[in-house]
Amino acid sequence: MTLTAQREESTRLSALGVLTTPALVVVAGAALLAYLRGQPLDAIERRSINVQVVLARLTEHLELVGLSTLLVIAIAVPLGVLLTRPRLRRLIPAVLAVANIGQAVPTIGVLVLLAVVVGIGTREALVALVLCSALPVLRNTMVGLQGIDRALIDAGRGIGLSRATVLLRVELPLAVPVMLAGLRVALILNVGSATLATFTNAGGLGDLINTGIVLNRTPILLTGSVLTALLALTIDWLVSLAEHVLRPRGL
Amino acid sequence: MISGDVMIRLDRVSKHYPGQPAPAVAELSLDVPAGEIVVLLGPSGCGKTTTLRLINRLIEPSAGRILVDGEDVTRVDPDRLRRRIGYVIQQVGLFPHMTVAENIGLVPRALGWDRARIRARVDELLDLVGLSPETYRRRYPKHLSGGEQQRVGVARALAADPPVMLMDEPFGAIDPITRERLQDELLDLQARIRKTIVLVTHDVAEAVKLGDRIALFEPHARLAQYDRPAAILAEPANDFVASFVGSGAALRGLRLERVGALALEPVEVVRPGAAAVDRSARAVLLDDAGRPVRWASAGSRGAAGVAVVRTEDSVYDALDAMVRARDDAALVLDAHGDPVGALSWSTVVRRHPAGDSSPAPSFGDAR
Repeated sequence: MTLTAQREESTRLSALGVLTTPALVVVAGAALLAYLRGQPLDAIERRSINVQVVLARLTEHLELVGLSTLLVIAIAVPLGVLLTRPRLRRLIPAVLAVANIGQAVPTIGVLVLLAVVVGIGTREALVALVLCSALPVLRNTMVGLQGIDRALIDAGRGIGLSRATVLLRVELPLAVPVMLAGLRVALILNVGSATLATFTNAGGLGDLINTGIVLNRTPILLTGSVLTALLALTIDWLVSLAEHVLRPRGL
Repeated sequence: MISGDVMIRLDRVSKHYPGQPAPAVAELSLDVPAGEIVVLLGPSGCGKTTTLRLINRLIEPSAGRILVDGEDVTRVDPDRLRRRIGYVIQQVGLFPHMTVAENIGLVPRALGWDRARIRARVDELLDLVGLSPETYRRRYPKHLSGGEQQRVGVARALAADPPVMLMDEPFGAIDPITRERLQDELLDLQARIRKTIVLVTHDVAEAVKLGDRIALFEPHARLAQYDRPAAILAEPANDFVASFVGSGAALRGLRLERVGALALEPVEVVRPGAAAVDRSARAVLLDDAGRPVRWASAGSRGAAGVAVVRTEDSVYDALDAMVRARDDAALVLDAHGDPVGALSWSTVVRRHPAGDSSPAPSFGDAR
């Protein structure tokens, strides 16, 4: 009885939270549309604010965020796993120091430095985004894995599970909530940082923002920035759903 | 030293940790007979847990050989080895994100059993440890009490039916009442499954209760004494053993002695209405149903009725009954409930074994 009651309570609570963000996004999106409808748009503004251009910039932005995040997962999760293995554990401070530099240097600085050193384009922008957002995933992977009760690993090894089985069936599933929290931070960072990719000619919603600023067109600027914010909110919401679904049962 | 099959043999096993001057375990040799419970007992940091973990190679020995069932385990794949050795730890270590059934089924899964066989084995094991499969199969560990968790821990250790089980302070984190019950259950279980069990504890009472043999460790895993519990309590090998088993050792030892093994004084049974005949023996008055009511003879002044014990009870129980009855003797019944004699306080204190013809001296006697 108590069990069912608890479960019902938690779903009801999260149901309220789950609906808040999409409602906010819809309201803000509608407000933006209403504002644009009410504005007399000139030729320059019409050239930037139309379905094709906005969709193209949005797609570029999503590609930048999606690809950089996938790369971050592909690099930071295995690295985090490796670094938490007993033999490599002593390297953790050094790796964290390097990752902290990536975090501390502003994204725009990394982008510009990379542009100077290796050139401009989407690939370079991706490298910069990965450098700037790998830390939260790396750190949370390590924190999640190290936070696991040693007795569980000991028990797993003691009953005859191999290191790989203990990692895949015990350690990683239990670390998922913490790892997802890091991924959430990385994704949000990337949505924001990707607006800077416009400066290395990689497109994205940053194009709209930059155009708006350079040409002094507030509607273009607003379209770009509001869409970026809404994208960040939507992605954050999606990850929170994923956290809910992927959280191991029984915890 | 040990006759019969040796299931686990430690042969001059040592463990040195780099950077530490003293070895954690030094040249330890120990034979564990098949089907017995051997308790590794000792103070904190004496290396008893290290010794246990050497057996399933969670810690690799620096030197020496470890034989399990005749096979040198320092040369086999450790994961395969551990699937043949059950392992139970104090923290239980149930995986919180897996149900009870998934926890128990892990090793069978690793061994490649099919679903139906795993499922049947899980249910069988839950029954064995006294948990109803229907109720517990699908529960998560956080919904179990400490005692239930440790029962599941034992079931998981037995999943692949290993001949050997290692238990590292299995009941250390459990409240005293549940601990007593789990200890009793372990003894019941052991009577049925006859595994070779090595159990680590620092609790002398637990060691005496569970152990067929006790290996008492001094610091650095030096074996101070390895013997039957009664022998360790009665004849400590050195001052360390004597001080470790403590001041209550003599009393504790009485738990291990049966009343039937001591010399009993004759008792005359007086039925209702009859009078005692032999004035020299103790006489006990029975009621119509044949139950002892009180001593009929003078000299015994049991203020709270007659202390009654059975031949298979421990001498400790007999003393307890005497103290409660405020009497210096207890009436001893056989398995059918018929009086077979009286056990006197002085017989217990002097420990006169059955068959010894000399009369039990009374308390006032000089040594």
